[in-house]
Amino acid sequence: MRTDISRKKIRNAFVEKVEELSGQNLLACYQCGKCSAGCPQADRMDLLPNQVIRLAQLGEQEDLFNCRTIWVCASCMTCNVRCPKGIKIAEVMEAIRQIMLRKRKDHILIEKLSAEERESVPPIALISSFRKSTS
Amino acid sequence: MKTIAYYPGCTLKNTAKNFEDSALCALDRLGYEAKELARWNCCGTVFSLATDDLMHHVAPIRNLVRAKEAGSDTILTLCAMCYNTLKRANERVKNDAESLEKINNFMDTETVKYAGDVRVLHLLEILRDELTFPVLAGKVVKKPNGLKVANYYGCLLVRPKSVGLDDQENPIVLEDLMTALGIESVEFPYKTECCGAYQTVDEPKAVADRTYRILSSARRQGADLVTVSCPLCAFNLDQRQKQAALLFADFEPLPVVYFTQLLALGLGCPEDRMRFDLHYVDPRPVLKKKGVL
Repeated sequence: MRTDISRKKIRNAFVEKVEELSGQNLLACYQCGKCSAGCPQADRMDLLPNQVIRLAQLGEQEDLFNCRTIWVCASCMTCNVRCPKGIKIAEVMEAIRQIMLRKRKDHILIEKLSAEERESVPPIALISSFRKSTS
Repeated sequence: MKTIAYYPGCTLKNTAKNFEDSALCALDRLGYEAKELARWNCCGTVFSLATDDLMHHVAPIRNLVRAKEAGSDTILTLCAMCYNTLKRANERVKNDAESLEKINNFMDTETVKYAGDVRVLHLLEILRDELTFPVLAGKVVKKPNGLKVANYYGCLLVRPKSVGLDDQENPIVLEDLMTALGIESVEFPYKTECCGAYQTVDEPKAVADRTYRILSSARRQGADLVTVSCPLCAFNLDQRQKQAALLFADFEPLPVVYFTQLLALGLGCPEDRMRFDLHYVDPRPVLKKKGVL
């Protein structure tokens, strides 16, 4: 995969927004991969957590807006505990989700859930799902 | 009797009635009256991780205002998600005067102004730190005969460190509780591995896959059942066994119980307070076999 890198792109508005919403310094990551090695949901992800951080560092917003990973992350915070640089990767995932959701690009369409899907799960599941996946 | 203000949360009045009923009976036997707040609202279930998202902290903080109104400086929680959300929102406003002021301004019809002065406690903290396990052990009237459990903590009871009640990856509070109840805990490498949480709504198969892996590990370790402390973990690990059985030919069902059910049985609470009718995999056969029922 070829990636064009420029100073302008690396410090673009998207990168600034991710850093602001997550409260994290993306450039602190030196790509050790410990977050991905321990992620219990990694097998369902198209981009591994360390790749999400790398692409965010480089300002590659389209790759991140179109990936599955940000919705597969359930904020279990195992990566946050293990990161040797103290980066809260789960917060970075949340920031990218929030940028999408604030443009009303919902991941779950409540009206498309069947009555069976809605009624077979407890309130705690529905509320947390809608909080994480809808605007 | 010692009285403590109690915040149940939505799911304990619904699919997790077995959690609430067993906990309240156990607390009663231990000399605690859990007094439910006269008014409460949903905590939001998940703490908002985005730095600027103050709006979603209003719901948890409003419940802490209710505790103040009830004249209490502590609030008891049972659900791991409520515990995490209430405590984390509380930590946020305690450490950030500007956020606290904005949230108070938003709730300008409340008669009590919140000052960050309510302590959010989980039942496990009361048992461990206030009552203490040696004292609890002295109150146990029914000890099982060779029951082995795998204790599943999930995520939100232990992470992040600022609100977790034990080690973030190798907690032992449930193991210590089980020892006090005369129950053996097996080594369980999946004890803090995510169950897939809310993805049970739109990705039930993926959650069934997590359930399969977590329960298979517990079975390999020789557990007769799995204990939980979160109603969402309970739903995923118990109810999603239905899907796990369809997806994996070698899957064998394993009962999942709340730690409070084993606590309540040990303290002599009647079987009808356990609400075993709410379980997908019936824990009664193994509990009878091991002499708990």
